[in-house]
Amino acid sequence: MTVVPPRTHAPTPGQTVGPFFAFGLGYPAMNQVVFPHSPGSLVLGGTITDGEGAAIPDALVEIWQADADGSIPRARGACRRDGHTFTGFGRAFTSDEGRYEFWTRNPGAEPGKAPFFAVIVYARGLPNKLHTRAYLPENAAALAADPLLASLSGEERATLIATRTPDGGLTFDIRLQGEKETVFLAY
Amino acid sequence: MTTTPPPAAAPESLLAAPDQASQAQISAEIAAAHADAERRVAAGEPLPTTLYDFPPYRSSILRHPTKNPRLVDPETIELLSPAFGQRDVAAIESDLTLQHAGEPLGERMTVEGRLLDSWGRPLRNQLVEIWQANAAGRYIHQRDQHPAPLDPNFTGAGRTVTDDEGRYRFTTIKPGPYPWRNHVNAWRPAHIHFSIFGSSFTQRIITQMYFPGDPLFALDPIYQSIRSQKDRDRLVGVYDHDLTSPEFSMGYRFDIVVDGPDATWFEPEKEH
Repeated sequence: MTVVPPRTHAPTPGQTVGPFFAFGLGYPAMNQVVFPHSPGSLVLGGTITDGEGAAIPDALVEIWQADADGSIPRARGACRRDGHTFTGFGRAFTSDEGRYEFWTRNPGAEPGKAPFFAVIVYARGLPNKLHTRAYLPENAAALAADPLLASLSGEERATLIATRTPDGGLTFDIRLQGEKETVFLAY
Repeated sequence: MTTTPPPAAAPESLLAAPDQASQAQISAEIAAAHADAERRVAAGEPLPTTLYDFPPYRSSILRHPTKNPRLVDPETIELLSPAFGQRDVAAIESDLTLQHAGEPLGERMTVEGRLLDSWGRPLRNQLVEIWQANAAGRYIHQRDQHPAPLDPNFTGAGRTVTDDEGRYRFTTIKPGPYPWRNHVNAWRPAHIHFSIFGSSFTQRIITQMYFPGDPLFALDPIYQSIRSQKDRDRLVGVYDHDLTSPEFSMGYRFDIVVDGPDATWFEPEKEH
């Protein structure tokens, strides 16, 4: 194993995204990781709620994912979509009802591993970013073998596994606080 | 940048809460929260640099997680990040003073800096996005109803991609301080929002750059949600006379260091 040398530079601290990010962070087709209705495409969506269960209308969600075959996208163009290149990155703002949506496709993973979307949430009132994962609900053996999921209680685990909808889409709700609070991650 | 923000519930900038605290109360709460954090850190509790649970920032009260984040070994996807390049931005997007027919009002400035990892290595080809209020402290966002003038020649959003030395540079207008309704007579110090990607998704950061010597620092519960002075200092741009252009613009330097687990050490430059 390579020895990691000591760090020489202290990190810049994060801050809240604030209320007025839409005009700075929005760009055309930002939530279309794949072209809508293209073969294999699906809607990944959910609602973001606060400690009282109220929808959060001023949140920002980003996803970053492997392609369906588990490969990591290295193509450029996530910020200027051409409608066909798979860059693996998407960004969505929540609606008045606190709902976010992406057009994307199922991520794959390395053999034996459980596929997931890497997710970051930001919001007005949230002092810094929050990382989490949205796992695909299929492949029980891989989910059972996942080190993170295995370390969680049943209720915590459920917050990280997306629900498959009848049309093949995925629902992944995010609760920032309170009952069924989503498990957030540090690395 | 053409996304129209949806009409939504008013943020704190519009809500006149009848039970608003005074600045003195908020300042006392900030001092108490810092003292509490210091005590807990001294007792060995790992606390984040930016406190999620920071009640002086009122809208955080129902929006911060109550449980500690789960420490996890990053998987491969989390150790890489989206690949950006010049095709993702137009060169003109880094000059916020050229987006309209006329010159925006205010103090023209450039902000330049380097994007580095924890070992001081430059991060190349990474997307840097900024957004800000205009010189009068007004955001173009339709939900900002602060009665200061909009500037028809200033939108306040820009993006760029770092060069081979990890460098970025924006030309813009110095933003004004901005009033909000966290408490009575609440003003945000002048700031520019920064959104940055690292070479690992775990290094992703959204933050705010401030200006040296701002008298509002001590009063602002967002800036003060960072619990230590030395970390707060890292968000203050440095006036650099060598970046100032004669008869044209003031220059500020703002270097950004992205955090990441030890595993990010194993990701040097492989995609280039």
